[in-house]
Amino acid sequence: MAGGIRGNERSAGWLFVAPALLLLGLFLVLPILMALWVSLTRWNGQGSPFTAGVPFAGLDNYTGLIADDGLSRTNFMTSIRNNGYYVLFVVPLQTALALGLALIVNKRRGFFRTAFYFPSVTSSVAISVVFLFMFANGGAINAILSALGVHGPQWFSDPRGVFHLLLGDSAPAALADHSVLGLSWWDWISGPSVAMCAIIALVVWTTSGTFMLMFLAALQNLPRQLDEAGMIDGANRWQRFRRITLPQLRPTMFLVVTLGLIGSWQVFDQIYVMSQGNPAKTTLTPAYLSYRTAFRDFDYGSGAAISFVLFLIIVLLTLGQRWATRERNP
Amino acid sequence: MRTLISRFLGFSILIFVALVFLYPFVIQIANSFKTEADAAANPLSAIAHPFTTDAMERIFAGTAFPTWLANSVLVTVVVTIGRVLIDSMAGYALSRLRFRGRRVLFAAVLGVMAVPPVVLLIPKFLVLNQLGMYNSYPALIVPLLADAAGIFIMKQFFDSVPVSVEEAARIDGAGVFRTFWSVVLPTARPALITLTILAFQGSWNEFPHTLVAVQDPALFTLPRGLADLVSGSLGAGTQYPLKLGAALLATIPVAIIFVVFQRYFVRDANEGAERG
Repeated sequence: MAGGIRGNERSAGWLFVAPALLLLGLFLVLPILMALWVSLTRWNGQGSPFTAGVPFAGLDNYTGLIADDGLSRTNFMTSIRNNGYYVLFVVPLQTALALGLALIVNKRRGFFRTAFYFPSVTSSVAISVVFLFMFANGGAINAILSALGVHGPQWFSDPRGVFHLLLGDSAPAALADHSVLGLSWWDWISGPSVAMCAIIALVVWTTSGTFMLMFLAALQNLPRQLDEAGMIDGANRWQRFRRITLPQLRPTMFLVVTLGLIGSWQVFDQIYVMSQGNPAKTTLTPAYLSYRTAFRDFDYGSGAAISFVLFLIIVLLTLGQRWATRERNP
Repeated sequence: MRTLISRFLGFSILIFVALVFLYPFVIQIANSFKTEADAAANPLSAIAHPFTTDAMERIFAGTAFPTWLANSVLVTVVVTIGRVLIDSMAGYALSRLRFRGRRVLFAAVLGVMAVPPVVLLIPKFLVLNQLGMYNSYPALIVPLLADAAGIFIMKQFFDSVPVSVEEAARIDGAGVFRTFWSVVLPTARPALITLTILAFQGSWNEFPHTLVAVQDPALFTLPRGLADLVSGSLGAGTQYPLKLGAALLATIPVAIIFVVFQRYFVRDANEGAERG
């Protein structure tokens, strides 16, 4: 009887996982293998990429992104620069804001938590529409700025990098004349463009609620005795936060930062809706560039190659996170 | 006195931050009911003056909004039901049923969870194209029917629940399917609600997948139609009341679900924190 049940379980187990296995295999594993092949070809979208007529490119699509001088490398390196500055701003800002929000709502239930978390669950496209309106030339943000006596920029048509704005308009010849990986040093140090800043503001605003919940969960699991001991020793609120609470939040901080890094290298929806890589390619990101290269320029091989380089970046970040948290999560 | 000042300061900060998080939605709602001239002149104002439902009427009469809405409802309903069934079956099997290959399969699910969705855009297009599914309802729906994160949530849930009830049913001679359907699923209600909400929110808001699955405007869902409405040019002017109104209508279903089932949203985020 018992053997019968176990035998039954064996076939039932496979039957139960079969639908999920089939779907994930067909629409996740197989496509990755197909794209790996396509990234080695010059397929233009006509017919099937798996026929003899499709020209084989070897590693040309990859070297075109990294080694060979040309437009694809310039575009790719520009997208890496843009996304790099985006990450540099988004990750610290959203982490700090999330922690701040968690501290604010830690002792309060209800309304405020809901308010801060709500942007995280709404559609990225719908919320991008709202921010397009707010950052429009005569929009709400510029209205607030002019009330404060500041003349706001034309956000989505302003390609100037904020570091360039700080450094002054003209590029020193030493920086402008020498280039590395297809961009001049001056271009590399541009900082995020004014247009990218609007997108950074949107993303920080929408994602900090999610990370707030992670900090909140951690805060509520902290033992109270330590904080009380600090109070007895006469430490003020800031000292207790800095010396007692913050060190205990380190694992959560680390989790939030790595999840933030992984997520912010994937920015796509907001770029698609708000700027399409414009102005002057300053909001081009690898994810959007890969989409555009394949579906607008019909260079599927190069587009797929960009996807895999991006994949590699994100996998390295994920492995870094898993490696660093390995003791806590065996 | 000092505590009074610091309390006042703390409360002011709280109100300010709450405004930063909520006022964009106030602006969105107010401007959906403004005239185009009013929206351009007073973008910050929370009051529509004059109040008009002109934009709302044009959303239904002058755009393909009804089509997008119908498609979104269809996709969301089918994907949600499919995910709840498929993910809970797989999660149950990975947690409870003893069969060869179970550990490897679970490791594979964890691996799949780490694949970043945006790098799958071109790959998914390739497979849909190769299977002749591109530009159809199945292309919109079938690839979304199973998700690794849902399987993971269900497996974790079943791992945390004692087996005694099922064992009793098994000893009584009920088959694996009978046990799953009439004994296991009813006890899994909290996890099923979480999964349903996540599937609903995920498929209702899904955007990039629609970009590589369909190109016929008759197959657009709300996010896709909305993106098209914003980036394309629809007649003269900026049409902000129209665009904001359409975005507002697309947000309402998720907003309702969020308010009603808040605690399930929050719980999932906490589980995410532990997942690491």
